[in-house]
Amino acid sequence: MSESPIAVEARNAVKAFGQGATAVKALDDVSVKIKKGEFFTLLGPSGCGKTTLLRLIAGFETPTSGQILLDGADITQLPPNKRPVNTVFQSYALFPHLTVAQNIAFGLEMQGRPKAEIKKTVARMLALVKLEPMADRKTSQLSGGQQQRVALARALAPAPKVLLLDEPLSALDLKLRKEMQIELKRLQMETGITFVFVTHDQEEALTMSDRIAVMSAGHIQQVGAPREIYTRPANRFVASFIGETNFLTGKSDGEAVQLDIGSKIAIKAPPGPVSLAIRPEQVRVVAANDPGALPATVGATVYFGTDTHLHLVMKDGSTLVARMQSPASGSGDLAKGTNVGVTFPDSALQLLGD
Amino acid sequence: MANPSFEVARLPGFRFIAMAVFVVLYLPIITLVVYSFNAGQSVALWEGFSLTWYHSAWQNEAVKGATFRSLIIAASASGIATTVATMAALGTTRRKAFKGQTFIYVMINQPLMVPEIVTAVALLIFFASIKVATGYNGLIYLIIAHAAFCIPFAYLPIRARLEGMDLTLETAAADLYASHWLTFRRVTLPLMLPGIIAGAMLAFVISLDDVVITEFVKSGGQDTLPTYMLGQMRRAVTPEVNAISSVLLALTVVMLTAFFLLTRKKD
Repeated sequence: MSESPIAVEARNAVKAFGQGATAVKALDDVSVKIKKGEFFTLLGPSGCGKTTLLRLIAGFETPTSGQILLDGADITQLPPNKRPVNTVFQSYALFPHLTVAQNIAFGLEMQGRPKAEIKKTVARMLALVKLEPMADRKTSQLSGGQQQRVALARALAPAPKVLLLDEPLSALDLKLRKEMQIELKRLQMETGITFVFVTHDQEEALTMSDRIAVMSAGHIQQVGAPREIYTRPANRFVASFIGETNFLTGKSDGEAVQLDIGSKIAIKAPPGPVSLAIRPEQVRVVAANDPGALPATVGATVYFGTDTHLHLVMKDGSTLVARMQSPASGSGDLAKGTNVGVTFPDSALQLLGD
Repeated sequence: MANPSFEVARLPGFRFIAMAVFVVLYLPIITLVVYSFNAGQSVALWEGFSLTWYHSAWQNEAVKGATFRSLIIAASASGIATTVATMAALGTTRRKAFKGQTFIYVMINQPLMVPEIVTAVALLIFFASIKVATGYNGLIYLIIAHAAFCIPFAYLPIRARLEGMDLTLETAAADLYASHWLTFRRVTLPLMLPGIIAGAMLAFVISLDDVVITEFVKSGGQDTLPTYMLGQMRRAVTPEVNAISSVLLALTVVMLTAFFLLTRKKD
């Protein structure tokens, strides 16, 4: 990995809520380094600790133990108003008694910037989020997507070192969400500000991020580029949370792995039972008599439009899902019970850790 | 049934009952206002339209003094009560639920529940000993007494306003470099202001209207408008009382209308 400077770092951050025996650890010894200028996503199911980590960086919470560093300086005990970090809230939290322009100017005014500079920056921000005609409206007169843009402009106006985004797109409908994803990416490119984005939507994470941290149960499970996370999931949780996955079991003799569904593949693993993952699109369905193919029967077919999923019953009774492009002709599916063959490249198999 | 939905407004006799209730509520008040324009001496026998009694009330030094006193007391008491109520509302809503919260609510709203006459007697005895000890007989006793029973009236609308406010707004202000004080001044205070104004107006009207506690606490020559009128009723009743009442009524209606306009939900 390149040696770009680190914008934000969490060092052994622990955050426990409650006291004594009933305490719940929302974050359990989390360490992560977020590089300058990158679009970094914290991805995980609700309750995994991703929002807690964001709130620790923003300063809304103080860690039970551990440190938060910004540009190498310890900011763990700094209150939120002293941190050069701004947040886009899930509910937007726009000030209802202020106009769009006044909302955007708020942070700059609190910093005591000169009036002329504030005016210029607000105009620039309004242009950036394409809301110039709305400058003097009250925020309650705006649509959801427009409010979202105001929230972004307000948080970007003071030129923070890091912009924190707490599931900002979750309240928007699908079409608007797609537009805002592109918009966010554009804003990040144009401003060059480090974005830390929290989401539970894996597709959102994959399309927007430079790097993703997959979180679960207060731990970071894996950090990596979207492609890396998708093709090389570190463990069972990551593999199942990102996209669809088939899990295979087998036995390793130290040199190769004998899969329970039949074939033997050359993957180095410590001797003993192993578990592996393979994406449905890597599974190929061929004729039953194809040389080297594993025997299988079609259990069910599920039509998704572009794709069709074939549920294949293997010889050990386990089910493997294969994704294939639906035929353009619209011709029918393979009938249930048809005998077919299954192949996949050995390289598509990913050995999973614990 | 063709229409299964139940509407009270469609029940037989609804119109009649509604009209009857409105008549009982408003006929006496309308009568009072009408007779304030009576040309004669009677509050029951109509002798023609005139503004005599308004004029006479206006010329009456005792009425002027009582009005002045009423306004001073109401303004000071509602000011004090609103300040205390604002702080109490912030203290009871801007934190997690705590042990004894209900007890605090009851303590703050105590004047609503304790019979007024009890408070009046208690204040009479309490202030009497202070008056004897200090020899001071100013309006301050009435102001303190009024402020005390006005607090819950100011507190309730302010608390309602604060409870409807999104706490994330204050977090957002802090995130945007506002100190605690600036967050309060630029975000919390402007958002709770309609509640504060509503509370202050309610307190003002309640204070303006008070008889029982005022009657017990006031020293000689400290009649407020309501206690002056009560005194007049003991002698010959003239439409002058009607005229004063009508003016008080008009003032109250204006203030309460403003109160409802301020507290009603936007959009």
